[in-house]
Amino acid sequence: MNYNVDEKGYYGEFGGAFIPEMLYPNVENLRQQYLKVMADPTFIAEFDQLLKDYVGRPSPLYFAKRLSEKYNTKIYLKREDLNHTGAHKVNNTIGQILMAKRLGKTRIIAETGAGQHGVATATVCALMGMACIVYMGEIDIARQAPNVARMKMLGAEVRPALSGSRTLKDATNEAIRDWINNPVDTHYIIGSAIGPHPYPDMVTRFQSIISEEIKWQLKEKEGKENPHYVVACIGGGSNAAGTFYHFLHEKEVGIIAVEAAGKGVDTGESAATSVLGKEGIIHGCKTLLMQTQDGQITEPYSISAGLDYPGVGPMHAHLYKTGRAEFIAVTDDQAMQAGMQLSKLEGIIPAIESSHAFAVLETKNFKPDDVVVINLSGRGDKDLGTYIDYFKL
Amino acid sequence: MNRINQKLQEDKKLLSIYFTAGYPALNDTVKIIQDLEKNGVDMIEIGLPFSDPLADGPTIQASSTQALTNGMTTAILFEQLKDIRKSVRIPLIIMGYFNPVFQYGVEAFCKKCQEIGIDGLILPDLPLDVYQDQYQDIFKKYGLANIFLITPQTSDERILKIDAASDGFIYMVSSASVTGSQDGFGNTQERYFQRIADMQLKNPQIIGFGISDAETFQQATKTSQGAIIGSAFVKHLTNQGVEKIPDFIEGILTVKQ
Ligand SMILES: Cc1ncc(COP(=O)(O)O)c(C=O)c1O
Repeated sequence: MNYNVDEKGYYGEFGGAFIPEMLYPNVENLRQQYLKVMADPTFIAEFDQLLKDYVGRPSPLYFAKRLSEKYNTKIYLKREDLNHTGAHKVNNTIGQILMAKRLGKTRIIAETGAGQHGVATATVCALMGMACIVYMGEIDIARQAPNVARMKMLGAEVRPALSGSRTLKDATNEAIRDWINNPVDTHYIIGSAIGPHPYPDMVTRFQSIISEEIKWQLKEKEGKENPHYVVACIGGGSNAAGTFYHFLHEKEVGIIAVEAAGKGVDTGESAATSVLGKEGIIHGCKTLLMQTQDGQITEPYSISAGLDYPGVGPMHAHLYKTGRAEFIAVTDDQAMQAGMQLSKLEGIIPAIESSHAFAVLETKNFKPDDVVVINLSGRGDKDLGTYIDYFKL
Repeated sequence: MNRINQKLQEDKKLLSIYFTAGYPALNDTVKIIQDLEKNGVDMIEIGLPFSDPLADGPTIQASSTQALTNGMTTAILFEQLKDIRKSVRIPLIIMGYFNPVFQYGVEAFCKKCQEIGIDGLILPDLPLDVYQDQYQDIFKKYGLANIFLITPQTSDERILKIDAASDGFIYMVSSASVTGSQDGFGNTQERYFQRIADMQLKNPQIIGFGISDAETFQQATKTSQGAIIGSAFVKHLTNQGVEKIPDFIEGILTVKQ
């Protein structure tokens, strides 16, 4: 079984480029160029150097001793929370801004939900001196004021998405409309492993640095490259794609994808796409998505804004369908408790997205000799308000 | 012969109108279609509303959201249209996004269209290669024309490919934009219109996006066989209501003669 994208842009039956003709020239140009550009030695050198000196890579692989004792297994944390801007998102934005430069683009657009991808995009635009416009749902702008301020400080213009439900999916629609209106000078930096081909594959490759490092770091610490399990949370699926990438074809490695169940998968307030979704088309790709029987895309819910997306990237839809990955849904409450526990046991306050991945330790029994790598996709600073409200701190 | 092809053989510039089904009120659909025909419109695009209309500007988005709030569904639209051919003769095209069609079942959808007397579909996010690989035979089986879009950025090579795969007409998007975001055409557009006219394609072209009044209608139809008005008509429905449809069409057609 192949878990990578095929030459037509599909992962099994999922993927493709379901885009209006207005976007065809840009997406087609990107499709023709992206592998060539990414294989160019000067691109690789610049990407590697920025990841090292600017982002602070490699991110540590940390053996979590107290957490391991508590669950009687060997738990390693991949510390993406220590990256510049506080999450894995910047791996992708560094890659895409370099791509945009090589494609001759001068204006950058992006969508954001919680603001993490928006901040990571505004950051690299400041770094490269490029114009940056970030679309963000009107409701999210109100909920995520600190990140809005960060983007502004970094020189980005934050434009409210006023249509539909005024959250992440609508911000994505607005970004796509902007690209339709500005086809010549603009590159769209998508923030997750979603969208039309080649985006899911390109974003996955930029994020694959995560599993590349895990391999050699684990070799140093455990004497072998492969853990028994890799675990990551899934919104659109970029941190998960990066964490899984180099293990997809290593049969001995169990892959665990953690979705946000919100208030519970049966409550109508959930973002557990693998359970609630059906095959369909969202934002230019065929994948699993939450929708009405009539094919209208529905609004997901999660306490974590970064997991609040009604679809998953096509690679993950394929991993789910083929059974290569185990999908586990974690509720708001389970995630919040896991976040609090990590703070208390290891002195690390995780992003609530990442907290979902840690909640798996409560429901899944690992063996004492198992090596379990959990991707700590981001830090919790941005979520303090939510933690305060939830725990009445 | 399909009604679209027949219509295109008439020696005139065609006025085509887009509206969102289920807007302003859920059951306005049939009345709007009948009034448009009565007032001299040549062809109609019936918008099947979608929650996430990527290629549409604020006007059509808002009408789609309202239509869905009004309760519009694919099944209800088909029910509203079931007797439409008893009263309406001009070509009718359903325009929408691919996901609702995909969920209904592409074959079931096409079959229903044929039963009702729909002549073609415009699904901007169903790409050419997927159509040809998977759905072309189904469209043909049910006598439906699939209308493709081209834009000022579409390469000549791709235009020829689209021309070869098209039936009915080619939908020329007037400029790099979503619906409803233009006012007036400049030299760039006129050069693009001329460039396409000079290509002598096998399918006639109808221009859409940014046509809002008699003047833009005239400009667009100088080199093409017709033009489509969408947002401006939807805006008129919003502001004036369904009773004032004749005023709008009259405003376009008076200068047309
Ligand atoms: C820290 C963190 N983790 C995870 C996600 C979810 O995105 P993805 O599934 O693309 O990794 C986000 C999104 O904002 C995030 O900020």
